[in-house]
Formats: sequence, C-alpha cells, structure tokens
Amino acid sequence: MNQTNHSKRPPQLFKNLSAKIASIPMILTTMVVFVGGTTWTVVHSFTNSKLLPKLNFVGLDQYERLWSSRRWLISIENLAVFGFFSLILMMVIGFFLATLLDRKVRGENIFRTIFLYPFALSFIVTGLAWQWILNPDLGLQQVMHDLGWTSFEFNPLNSGDTVIYGLLIAAMWQGTGLIMVIMLAGLRGIDDDIWKAARVDGIGTVKTYIKIIIPMMRPVFVTALVIVASGIIKLYDLVVALTNGGPGLSSEVPAKYVINYMFRAQNLGQGFAASTMMLVTVAIILIPWAYLEFGGKDNG
Amino acid sequence: MQKHVKALGLSMALAVPQMATSADLEVTHWWTSGGEAAAVKEFAKAFNATGNNWVDGAIAGSGGTARPIIISRILGGDPMAATQLNHGRQAEELIEAGLMTDLTELAEKEGWKDIVNPSSLLDSCTFEGRIYCVPVNIHSGQWIWLSHGAFETAGLDVPADWNEFVAAAPKLEEAGILPLAMGQQGWQQNLAFGAITIGVAGIDAWRKVSVERDASAAAGPEYKAVFEAVAAARELARESNVQDWNQATNLVITNKAGGQIMGDWAQGEFQVAGQVAGKDYTCLPGLGINEILDTGGDAFYFPVVKDEETKKAQLELASLLISPEVQVAFNLKKGSLPVRGDIDLSSANDCMQKGLKILADGNVLPSGDQNLSPDTQTQIEDLMAEFWSSTMSAADAQEAYVAIIADSE
Repeated sequence: MNQTNHSKRPPQLFKNLSAKIASIPMILTTMVVFVGGTTWTVVHSFTNSKLLPKLNFVGLDQYERLWSSRRWLISIENLAVFGFFSLILMMVIGFFLATLLDRKVRGENIFRTIFLYPFALSFIVTGLAWQWILNPDLGLQQVMHDLGWTSFEFNPLNSGDTVIYGLLIAAMWQGTGLIMVIMLAGLRGIDDDIWKAARVDGIGTVKTYIKIIIPMMRPVFVTALVIVASGIIKLYDLVVALTNGGPGLSSEVPAKYVINYMFRAQNLGQGFAASTMMLVTVAIILIPWAYLEFGGKDNG
Repeated sequence: MQKHVKALGLSMALAVPQMATSADLEVTHWWTSGGEAAAVKEFAKAFNATGNNWVDGAIAGSGGTARPIIISRILGGDPMAATQLNHGRQAEELIEAGLMTDLTELAEKEGWKDIVNPSSLLDSCTFEGRIYCVPVNIHSGQWIWLSHGAFETAGLDVPADWNEFVAAAPKLEEAGILPLAMGQQGWQQNLAFGAITIGVAGIDAWRKVSVERDASAAAGPEYKAVFEAVAAARELARESNVQDWNQATNLVITNKAGGQIMGDWAQGEFQVAGQVAGKDYTCLPGLGINEILDTGGDAFYFPVVKDEETKKAQLELASLLISPEVQVAFNLKKGSLPVRGDIDLSSANDCMQKGLKILADGNVLPSGDQNLSPDTQTQIEDLMAEFWSSTMSAADAQEAYVAIIADSE
C-alpha cells in the first residue's frame, strides 16, 4: 500500500484521523487535570498559602520545614518499610497461591472466591475488622487465651515498633487475592503445549515454573507490580481506619501528612510541598523503569 | 427574675402551636457516644413536641471527620436544615459566601445578648454585626476525673489535686490499677498537655506563650516544669492501650484506671453508667491546682434553604435550642454548662456546680481555637502524639515546642 504513494505521503497528522479525534477528550483531560493540576500544585508548593491558595512565593521554606518535620520523616520511613515488604510478599504469595490453584485442585472456584473475597471490601472495612481482630482484649489474642494458650501474645497495633506489620497483615489480607487472580489468569494463558514439551524433555514441575513459565509471564508480573506499587503510594484509608497514625506518630504515612496539613492544619503550602515530594519519589523510581520497559526498541 | 423566665417559657409554649408547621428538619452533628446521644435526644424530643420532625443526621467519628462532610454538603448545594459546628472561625467563610441563615432578628427579639453568658460565646457567632449561630453549651478541657473505686482498692484517699494524684500513683500500680487512662490519639494527648500546662505553669505563663506567642517564655522554667510533669504523666499512662476517649473514660468508670484527664464531656459517660459525682467519681477542674476553665463549645448553624416551611421551622428550632427548659435538659445529660446564666441548675450534680461557680467567678480563658492557628495547633498535636508514645526526653520536647511557638504566626 505504501508503494503506490511513497512519493507523496499524506502528513502524519492525518493518519488515523478518526482515532485521533476520538482521543482528544482524554488528551485534554490528561493535559488539564493531570499535567495542569500537577503544575499548579508544584507552583503553589513554593508559596505560603494557608487556607486559600495565594501566589506569595517564599522559596524553599515549605520544603525546609517538611524535611525537618519528624512526622514527615517517620511517614517516609514507614512507607519504605511497608512498600518493601508488601511488594515482595504480595507478589510471592500471590504467585504461590495461583500456582497451587493452577494445579487443578478440587474446589478451585471455592478457594478462588475465598481468596478474592477480601478485595471486595473497602480499606475502611478491612481496617475496622482488623482493628478488632488485633485488639488484645477482643480478638485473636483473647481467643487464644480462652482456648487455654495463655502465654500467647500477639498485639502488633499497640507498639510503635510493630504497628507497621499490623498494617501489612491487613493490607496483604485485602490485596493478595487480586494479585493471585491476575497471576492465575497469566498461568492459564500459557499454552498446554509448553507443559507437554517440558514433560517430554523430563523437566520437573518446579523447574518448569521457574525457568519457563515465569519468564513467559513477564507482562503479567509487570501489571501486578504496577497495581501493588500504586496501592502502596496511595496508602491512606487503611491507616486511618486501622490506627489513625498511632500509637503516637508511628504509623503515619505521607498521604496522611498531605491531607492533614492541607485540610486540618489549613496550611496548603505545606501539604503541596509534601505531595510534590511524593510525586518526585514516584518519578525517581518510575522513570528509569519505564525507560527500560517501554523505551528504546520494541522488544516484544 | 425566676418568675420572668417561667413566664417566658410559658408564653413560648403557648406560642408554639400557632406557628407549628410540621416540617422535616435534617440536623447533622457528631454526638455519638452514649452520653452525647442521650443529650441530643433531648433536642429531638423537644423539637418533635412542636409538631415538627427532627431527622437525625449523626455522623460517626469526631469533629475532624464530620466537619469536612458537613461543609462539603453545604458547599455542594445539598444543605441540611441545621448543623452542629464549634463556634469560632470554622464557619466564617461559609457565612461570607452567604450560605448561612442570618438569625439576628430572632436574637434581638428574644434578647440573646442579655441572656448568653459569657458573652464571648455570642461574639463567636457574630460576623460583621450579624448573628449566625445559636450557642448551645460550654465545654472546657481542664478536668481530671478520678475513680473512687480504684483509690479504695489501693487503700488511698481520693486525691485533691494533680500533685497528690502523682504521689498516689505508685500505690495504684501496686494494686494492679493503671494510674492514668489515656486514649492513644494526638488530640487527647494534646488536651492533657493543655490541662497540665494550666495546672502547673499557671495562667500568666500560659498567656505569655499561647496568646502573646512568646518563645522565650516557652523556653522558661515554668514550661520546663510543665514538660517534666507531662513526662511523668506519660509514664503513668504507659500501659493504657485504648484509642477513643470514651473507652479511656470507661476504664475510670470500671475502676480499672485511677483517673483520666479529659474535657467535661466525659461526665455524660459517667452519667450513662449510673455513677454519682462525689460518690463514685470526683472531678477536679484545672487539675485541682488552678481552677480556670476555657470556654469552647458547640453551636448550631442553619444553612440557607429554599423551602419556606423549612425556613420557618429552622427559626423555631433556633429559638428552642436556647430556651431555658431545653438548655437545662440538654446540658444535664451532656455534662456541659448551659449558655445562659439565668436558669436554675440546682438539679445539676457536683461537677457541674463546680464548673458553674468558676464560670460565675469569671475564671475563664479563651480556648485554643481563638489563639493559635490550626497549623500551629496541628504541629503541637503531632509533637504531643510523638512525645506521649515514645521515650523522647522532656528537654527535647520543650525544645521542639519552643521552635513551633517561635515559628507561629
């Protein structure tokens, strides 16, 4: 087709014209809401806006205050710990559960439903439920004591050192099911012939998974990774429902700092500075990765 | 005077049937604990008796949760007919935007200016000379609540002030009783800090720091004593692992804890539990050292609505909320002080009498909302949340506090 008009190609702009027209609304939304909103926020993070946004520039004051605030430093540290563990554990457990289901166990539907069910609950409900479960006088610990195991102690939410793991448990319970289902879909997408070939070659099941199946599931892993990672950055409502940042400041997270300073402390500048830092953190992690993943040549 | 009030009440009771319009009024508030809910029922009961219908719109969670919901509903064009807010500066921008009903006419007719005491409550409702809200109660945060049962178990007399309380603490611990109940939430720890400040540092030092924002006073010896006292209180509350304030109050009620520093709203919980002030529990305003109270409180605002019937009913409700009978019934249940100085509260219990006396003597100070910006308050709250739950030293905490005061605007 290109051969007939290679001398006079139509301008690139009009190629697939209808598709381009159809995507104009989305492009506009992206430009105005995401790019525009982000720029506006970043600009105002250099001002001393209080309740209402004002363009009264104060340089890096808000950032200086932010990075000298104990609460912000604690928030960042918590997010790092939470992010590290939930990323690894959710991927590993999600994949492990998916492989178990993929072995064509009896009652697969029931197990799938059980594992996925928590995902249908909001973080607020999850948080409240686990607040009760982890309450030493009400939940798991008390049940164990009632059963006669009186030395049993499991009380992560009441100590600043362990509260983040309490959060982790609740988040995993809620989110692992979804990762499992995504992984399972990926596993089901693997052609049966691969398995047959592996069996003919005498490769063991575990080795087949690690050497053949996982590399083939790369796109599925990337999808799961993006979902888990964005969930980590957004972490807010679970903390509000489960601990509300306590005890003390020991389970604070950056998103909560932003909301708190924007609306309760009525200090928009400080909240904007914090949210800009969140954006920068995400960008530092995401840009090199996106470049490797999508940039350069199409490696199919 | 008394006769006059009765006559007023009677004439109102007579007037009500004539203007009865039977409208449904949705009223939002965040009074959801046992004592609070019992108090708000008094409002509903009185309002329903006028032939109208009180549609209860309770929002669970504290004011911090409910306020954004209320404000966004008003801004979003779906206003409720009436709503609770703390008076002060929270509603200022809504009034400016013309979203709140002007109650000046009603207020002048009923002479609110002469009956509301202290008058600062009505001033907080006034914006550019017009009145936009009805104050319904006075709350103060400088109280400690002591359990008689707990001290009895430990074989001690009930302390008369904070210093005696601290001295008695080791004995309580020996008897297996938690000395100080404390909900692990920043605002409660901050409230305790405020109460200890008034008690330990006294009013002059407090005024220098909180009103004049004098950082050097915050670094001074009075505040050093405050931070040391708070550090001591922290150790007394080390084993307290409850979250909400009413759970902490419950520890005092059930004699599991010796005392709790909490605002006078805690009293409603004691009442619901059937306890008697002076017999089952004791309350000490200003921690028993400096008997001074602040005068924050709740008020009702009436968003502008279109429906004429509802408008009429809104004014009816406004006048009802401040009427003597309703004030007495509501505040007895709530444990707060009434906003009018001209009503008979001889039926009030020991604690409320103490509060009324302090109020009558004029030993009041402006509440935190009127002195420090929300930004500064949040920073102090963050500091307190960290201080109470960690092993941060008193000197470090004071240093951080001085920096916050120095930075405040």
